[in-house]
Amino acid sequence: MEDGWARFVFAYLNPDVAAEWGPKIFEGAVITIELGLATIAAGLFFGMALAVLRASAPRWVGRVIVAFVDVFRAWPPLVVIIVLFYAFPYVDLPMGAFTATWLALSLVLAAFAEEIWWAGLQSVPKGQWEAARSTGLSHLQALVWVAVPQAVRMTIPPLVNRTIAIVKGTALGSVVALPEILGQATSASSLAGNPTPLTLAALAYLAIFLPVVILGRWIETRFAWKR
Amino acid sequence: MPLTGGVVRPLLELAGLRKSYGGLDVLKGVDLAVAPGELVFVIGPSGSGKSTLLRCCNRLEEPDGGTVIVDGENILASGVDLNRVRQKIGMVFQAFNLYPHMTALGNVTLALRKVQGMARAPAEAKARDALAAVGLADKQAAYPIQLSGGQQQRVAIARALALEPKIVLFDEPTSALDPELVGSVLAVMRELKAGGMTMVVVSHELAFARDAADRVVFMDGGRIVEQGPPAAIFGSPREARTRDFVAKLAERS
Ligand SMILES: Nc1ncnc2c1ncn2[C@@H]1O[C@H](COP(=O)(O)OP(=O)(O)OP(=O)(O)O)[C@@H](O)[C@H]1O
Ligand SMILES: [Mg+2]
Repeated sequence: MEDGWARFVFAYLNPDVAAEWGPKIFEGAVITIELGLATIAAGLFFGMALAVLRASAPRWVGRVIVAFVDVFRAWPPLVVIIVLFYAFPYVDLPMGAFTATWLALSLVLAAFAEEIWWAGLQSVPKGQWEAARSTGLSHLQALVWVAVPQAVRMTIPPLVNRTIAIVKGTALGSVVALPEILGQATSASSLAGNPTPLTLAALAYLAIFLPVVILGRWIETRFAWKR
Repeated sequence: MPLTGGVVRPLLELAGLRKSYGGLDVLKGVDLAVAPGELVFVIGPSGSGKSTLLRCCNRLEEPDGGTVIVDGENILASGVDLNRVRQKIGMVFQAFNLYPHMTALGNVTLALRKVQGMARAPAEAKARDALAAVGLADKQAAYPIQLSGGQQQRVAIARALALEPKIVLFDEPTSALDPELVGSVLAVMRELKAGGMTMVVVSHELAFARDAADRVVFMDGGRIVEQGPPAAIFGSPREARTRDFVAKLAERS
């Protein structure tokens, strides 16, 4: 019993290994954060652009958007990452692990965000549009100033959850050798012959994502509002 | 009232207005002329086409036939700038339709800023005047959810009035209100009328019609069945259908 505990501590909570590989995990954390922020920015921007386009462009444009959205909601993000990473050099588009992971996760987030916001736009009551149009606002002005702000507020809870889920997918970058937290931790573990770096990785993910989860909950309650 | 060659030019003129949904003919040729400063009160059974009639006047619904002339302009003509025309035609809805994410002031300023292109300060000054005119000077910072139904409807009226429309269309403006809040909205409408505003009002408030309306129009089955001064329509209607409907309305209120 005593012996088992000591072996566990040596394997997973080894202070010497932690001190040696901690800086590497930290480097990984910086990449994880950069990748996460870049994914959120691009994914939400592109998702909103698609939702607005779908609500204002001709029907066939909407169908193209729906096709894009359905495909990227169906593909596992890992598949998208691997395909982009390995396929693009063949078409003469060199793509680093960071770019491939970022692009893949951004496309997936954009697809989900578009779908969530589209549903939000659909649930804005018809009377809101009528009031806006009756005062002379154009369709696009009514969309931008009346419908979108309401859709955004209504969809904060599902959007926050989905965004967190997809941004956690930054860990998938380790598969294409992106030196983010998990990538650093797995290579450090094999070099050190000890899994303690994985413990550090778990702690690093907590340090990054727990505040995000808590912030998400705060945003949800802050903007929960009834009409 | 402005005269043109001895004849008052109507501010709103509907001729042969038709509208159908699928196979359902909802408006079967409606003719109606509303003079400047006139208050036309529209009654009729549910489904008779009253809302559709109003909504065709600013093309929230696209008429299938006939003409709609507003302030001398055929608004069904091709190439007409609908967003410009709509500013001449205020509309007040049964459900208020205030923007829930904006304050009362924001609701009133939106079209002033985005459609009329006014700068913030003058738009807000104008909006404050409009809110004051409906008795809500102290509510400009309130969100719709913080207002009573009667206050919300008055904000909606201010939103329409701030654009300085030539005519305001009311579609059952008090039907969604608790009885004790109806009076405040009707009072604002009476003041509007006294100020010379041209109005078309769909409503069941007979007492209001008796003392504020110039003319009562009874619709049934997509047609105007009978029209005349309130005393005539309510007191001695010619048509049996009008008599039945008025009797039912009187019973209810
Ligand atoms: N968008 C629509 N699509 C299909 N049918 C419609 C539509 N709008 C209205 N109708 C139908 O047209 C008819 C007239 O409707 P309208 O709303 O103009 O009646 P109304 O006189 O205002 O009735 P109420 O007193 O109930 O408000 C009704 O039978 C209604 O079901
Ligand atoms: Mg109606």
